Amino acid sequence: MDLGDLLHSIFNFENYGELLVLVQNSIWAGAVLGLLGGIMGTFVMKRDLAFAVHGISELSFAGAAFALLIGADIILGSLAGSVLAALVLGVMGVRARDKNSIIGVIMPFGLGLGILFLSLYEGRAANKFGLLTGQIVSVGTVQLQVLAVAAVVVMLALAAIWRPLTFASVDPDVATARGVPVRALALGFMVLLGISVALSIQIVGALLVLALLITPAAAAMRVTSSPRLVVTLSIVFAMTATVGGILLALGGRLPISPYVTTLSFLIYVACRMIGSARARRGLNGRVVRSAGAVA
Amino acid sequence: MTPVVSLRGASLAFGQRTLWEGLDLDINPGEFFAVLGPNGSGKTTFLKVLLGLQELSTGTAVLDGHPVERGSRRIGYVPQQKSFDPDTPLRARDLVALGVDGHRWGIRLGSAKVNRKVDELLELVGATDYAKVPVGQLSGGEQQRLRVAQALATDPKVLLCDEPLLSLDLQHQQGVSALINRQCRDADSAVVFVTHEINPIMDYVDRVLYLAGGKFRVGTPAEVMTTEVLSDLYDSRVEVIQANGRLIVVGLPDAATHHHLDAHSVAGEVG
Repeated sequence: MDLGDLLHSIFNFENYGELLVLVQNSIWAGAVLGLLGGIMGTFVMKRDLAFAVHGISELSFAGAAFALLIGADIILGSLAGSVLAALVLGVMGVRARDKNSIIGVIMPFGLGLGILFLSLYEGRAANKFGLLTGQIVSVGTVQLQVLAVAAVVVMLALAAIWRPLTFASVDPDVATARGVPVRALALGFMVLLGISVALSIQIVGALLVLALLITPAAAAMRVTSSPRLVVTLSIVFAMTATVGGILLALGGRLPISPYVTTLSFLIYVACRMIGSARARRGLNGRVVRSAGAVA
Repeated sequence: MTPVVSLRGASLAFGQRTLWEGLDLDINPGEFFAVLGPNGSGKTTFLKVLLGLQELSTGTAVLDGHPVERGSRRIGYVPQQKSFDPDTPLRARDLVALGVDGHRWGIRLGSAKVNRKVDELLELVGATDYAKVPVGQLSGGEQQRLRVAQALATDPKVLLCDEPLLSLDLQHQQGVSALINRQCRDADSAVVFVTHEINPIMDYVDRVLYLAGGKFRVGTPAEVMTTEVLSDLYDSRVEVIQANGRLIVVGLPDAATHHHLDAHSVAGEVG
């Protein structure tokens, strides 16, 4: 394959209009997941759960692989796997150090199980690969509806616990003193995270969930500290990555995940550069008064 | 006057080890009450009892007429200074806003009212200039001012302070303790101030609870911070020296010494 062929298989915009109509559902699905991932990601970062997301996604993958093997619903399988993992982490990993070691234990176990189930599976190979790297072309109307409803439910639940969860995430000691149920909120959030991971896996695959649930929020936090702006930017970044990635991937015959993750990565790099340029100039919002006026 | 904090026959023990027992104590509104003692004497645990995070082994604890409960809006809590991650998506004013309505469910609608309250609180503690700076980029002293603002947001009956001056320089120690004292005098909140070092708050303290060696003593600083009382508590000869209105404690047993060495150096700088 020469360079021309390579480029052609990466970027190919022949018959683009017709293709666009065919993958409408996929684009909507990407938009929904971008919205969900962008919002959830801000809490994942605040609660320092990036590594946990990875652990949950491996177990989610194992669940999906098991469902595939026994001919059950794959979405249900990945949901069961990720919510279970999330609950285990929520119950056992109260302290940060515990949490990381538990994730380190769970993650290879989940991945191993998943590979076992996939090896036992004798169906189409594309089904196997899709669980790891994501599949977008085959989003049916029913699947889209299920996805949208689940995402709306998760977002409503998150909205309901938004303020106390923020308090508990960034300032747990004072939140406890105020009577905020820090423990219960942590568990509740883990369940929501488990569901979000399972939903995201449908599109970007188990290996690349981080690109949806972490990178956009991490990028947003490089350029602003305003809580509202962080959420807004994180959503914009995540949706740009998913929808943009799908649109770019459309003509080629490659999975969408490299497109999504590359866009996501580029946004992060840009934000990092903006952030450090600003830090170099010492702009952090402090009102600087003339030397004499400073107390 | 009805006491805000009331302990009766309170004791606390972990297994064989008794931290303190038979403690009867009333703290009144507008009283500045300091809890002193060496590491491991149960100062912080005392605070945890009032926060409802630690159950007494025996006895009762009543706060504002109710048995203590796990967390309460009647309490303002000023924690030890701890550094925030520089990336924490939270500006100074957002931290204070959490104190105003962070315990409520849902998303903050109608933010104008909250913003007004936050502005007021920032003004009160002199933090207006850095209202929009990310908390991770503030100095320890600035953060502790915000902590006070945050704790005052609900106009609490009791202000519980857990070593709020630790790791602050002298100037900020004075600034922050003056703020806490103002709330005590002007708004009639009771202040329970846990510290290993009485000098920065010497001018404000009404009464002291000194915990050491499984024993305790309650009284005014003049009654408690004496050579006789401390020697009795520590079961060894401890000398209390007055110099320039500061107290210097000499001869503490090894286990308790290292913190009080700070006392020497602070006193040294001032005197």
